[in-house]
Amino acid sequence: MSEITFTIDGKACKAVHGQTILEAAKTNGVYVPTLCHYEGLKPVGSCRICTVRASGRYMAACTQFLSPGMVIENMAPDLEDMRRAIIEMLFVEGNHMCPTCEKSGNCELQALAYRYQIMAPRFPFQFPLRTIEASAPKIMLEHNRCIQCQRCVRAIQTKDGRKIFVPLNRSHKKKIGVDSRLAAELTDELARKAMDTCPVGSILRKEVGFAVPIGQRKFDHKPIGGGNGEGPAR
Amino acid sequence: MHNYQDIINRHQKDPSRLLDIIREIQTLSGHVPKEAIAEIAGQLKLSEAEVRGVVTFYHFFSLTPRGKYTVYLNSAVTSCMQGRAAVARAFEVEAGCLFGDVTPDGLIGLFPTSCIGMNDQEPSAIINGVVFTSLTPLKAGHLVRAMKTGRLVQDMVEEYGDGANQSDLVRSMVSNNIRKKGPVIFGPFEPGLAVRKAVARKPEDVIEEVKNANLLGRGGAGFPAGLKWEFCRREKTGQHYVVCNADEGEPGTFKDRVILTELPRLILEGMVVAGYAVGAAEGVLYLRSEYSYLKSHLEAVLEDMRRENLLGKNIAGSADFHFDVTIKLGAGAYVCGEESALLESAEGRRGEPRNRPPFPVQIGYLDRPTTVNNVETLCAAAKIITHGAAWFKSMGTPKSSGTKLLSVSGDCERPGLYELEFGLTIQELLDIAGARDAFAVQVGGPSGTCISRQDFRRKIAFEDLPTGGSIMIFGPWRNLFEIIDKFMDFFIEESCGWCTPCRVGNSLLKEKLDKIRAGRGTRQDLRDLEAWGKLIRAMSRCGLGQTSPNPILSTLQNFRELYEAVIDREKDFVSTFDLGEATLGAARLTQRQPILEETSHE
Repeated sequence: MSEITFTIDGKACKAVHGQTILEAAKTNGVYVPTLCHYEGLKPVGSCRICTVRASGRYMAACTQFLSPGMVIENMAPDLEDMRRAIIEMLFVEGNHMCPTCEKSGNCELQALAYRYQIMAPRFPFQFPLRTIEASAPKIMLEHNRCIQCQRCVRAIQTKDGRKIFVPLNRSHKKKIGVDSRLAAELTDELARKAMDTCPVGSILRKEVGFAVPIGQRKFDHKPIGGGNGEGPAR
Repeated sequence: MHNYQDIINRHQKDPSRLLDIIREIQTLSGHVPKEAIAEIAGQLKLSEAEVRGVVTFYHFFSLTPRGKYTVYLNSAVTSCMQGRAAVARAFEVEAGCLFGDVTPDGLIGLFPTSCIGMNDQEPSAIINGVVFTSLTPLKAGHLVRAMKTGRLVQDMVEEYGDGANQSDLVRSMVSNNIRKKGPVIFGPFEPGLAVRKAVARKPEDVIEEVKNANLLGRGGAGFPAGLKWEFCRREKTGQHYVVCNADEGEPGTFKDRVILTELPRLILEGMVVAGYAVGAAEGVLYLRSEYSYLKSHLEAVLEDMRRENLLGKNIAGSADFHFDVTIKLGAGAYVCGEESALLESAEGRRGEPRNRPPFPVQIGYLDRPTTVNNVETLCAAAKIITHGAAWFKSMGTPKSSGTKLLSVSGDCERPGLYELEFGLTIQELLDIAGARDAFAVQVGGPSGTCISRQDFRRKIAFEDLPTGGSIMIFGPWRNLFEIIDKFMDFFIEESCGWCTPCRVGNSLLKEKLDKIRAGRGTRQDLRDLEAWGKLIRAMSRCGLGQTSPNPILSTLQNFRELYEAVIDREKDFVSTFDLGEATLGAARLTQRQPILEETSHE
């Protein structure tokens, strides 16, 4: 595998051919914020938070492959503001009540909002009417919190490759549907995996919860993206 | 209880034919019932949710009954300009149900639909696959009464259009409205000549000829067709494919419909030439569902060509060139005009665009190297092989060779199809079409740009005003905000919902526009519109999202004064939230008058 050089915000970096911008950034110790991306799953580029700029063109770092000599902008203030806007869009699109959410402190959307110091979104709340789907024996779907990242779609399948979580509809009406027949046979292990893979509190296991108290959770002490956890001040 | 098993078997339980299976069931039962979904899922080894995911993606598929007769009335801007509202009311009154609903007896369903490619003869509707054009409230009434007597929809067509619309296999009331025949697409055509000339040369030479002709993609994006073929040919892995994109969904365009009706052989010969050039043995013509009434007509042409050895084995006497074409139908999704979404759909899945790279020329249809070309591009390629690159380049501008088919609609005397050389100005086009007092021209459909009089001297060309062919003309009496609003509704409805900026952003833009139109806008709101629009353009994943804010961004630039006229220039901030309006219901119920004084926070 041949080695290629590129820069991120002026920093000289090296990577191997065939890596995505996101992978290459990571190997060079550069943080690019992500949300729909999940280690080991095929990237889909749905949230667009990892958008970077090269030669004036915008591209999602998780799906774009690196080319030799690329000059990548990652922390440009206008780019960071657009990422912040995307996070705000996700907040106004759904109904997110962090204080009552089982995922608080483990939620990547919440952690990113802290990193980007979002006090209030620039967009008006949409207050959509969404439901909670609790027909499956082991899990429930809190549609109010879903951000359409498709992690569950990609991560959870039956042994013969059938999908249990599936996107339904299109446009702003798009939602994740669960196959009731297959969900009924979901093992504890897969149910746990589904909940852990979900970046927000949209997939929750039934009859368990709050095993780790709020205050001692993943992002309560260590901010997402490392460092002091602060994006640029607004 | 229908036997869905037959349908599934007929399609060999092939998941890549899922759309065909669903379409047949939808046609048979008026919807896709639960039992059918269970049956399909079991046979195709998919989960039921996956099948539901596909059904719910497409506009013409439904989980709930849509009536024995299903009326899809075009809701595009030009339809509204020609009196859609009155026609819709007539349908509702006569049928006894509102749009979006089905009559209690399940006989008639009324639904709106995005542009169906009949802009020069609006208002138009599709009823059980049959197209009805130039509707009036009177005609709508007749149609509903005919439905109530149980007549076959095809028998409700009383008059046929011109040309091949009258043929036994089409029998449609659609008119071609060909206003100007140009030298390329509508020039002299000798069947078989392009194919024979192509196979007499090396594939590389065919590609070279198309490259030399500087043929740029006619769908709107303008990618060099010869280069695309070269990239595709260069891929070494196995079987290659040619896909013809006949999914013109850009509101205002109908040029491909006319070619499909009058010159299907030219398209198919273009596909054969492309197949020879890239080394493909199979081609797929992806036809938008709205044009399904042309399918038998196209299939008959395929049969003719097979008989004439222009399709099949050893084409035109060649030693080892075998090629054939199948037709695949869409099911109502604008985004499927995007080439990678089209491939997803052709493979029987939700029509969501793929991440690129890899590009379709590398990994395309069924994961094989594929060239996806627009209908008009393939026609032009066939003509280039017939007459040579120099001939083609002698027309148009140095950067935009050849001619362009323009679908002209809106406020003009002669709406219809025009084939004109690149480089003509908008003003020249307006004169030809008889649009004397145009106030705004939408070039390239909603995803294109809206220009004002001061830009009418600009040229239609890739280097100036590019267009896939949609030209909509608006007179000074039109309310431009209403038009922009319709265009935004279109993008909101047609977004696949995959990525955040397109899925969420366009609704936010529209809400902001509503606020401004309601007289509650400020300068800051105009700045927000622009910033949010640019954000959606930059951050969206595919061409749909990247162009979806254009109705707003281009009018902000070219019709700024309209926005300036409705905002409150005195105030820095006006809340989106209107307390008076929000408490109106409560005030009415309690029979109290709210006291709405400005509250000072100082």
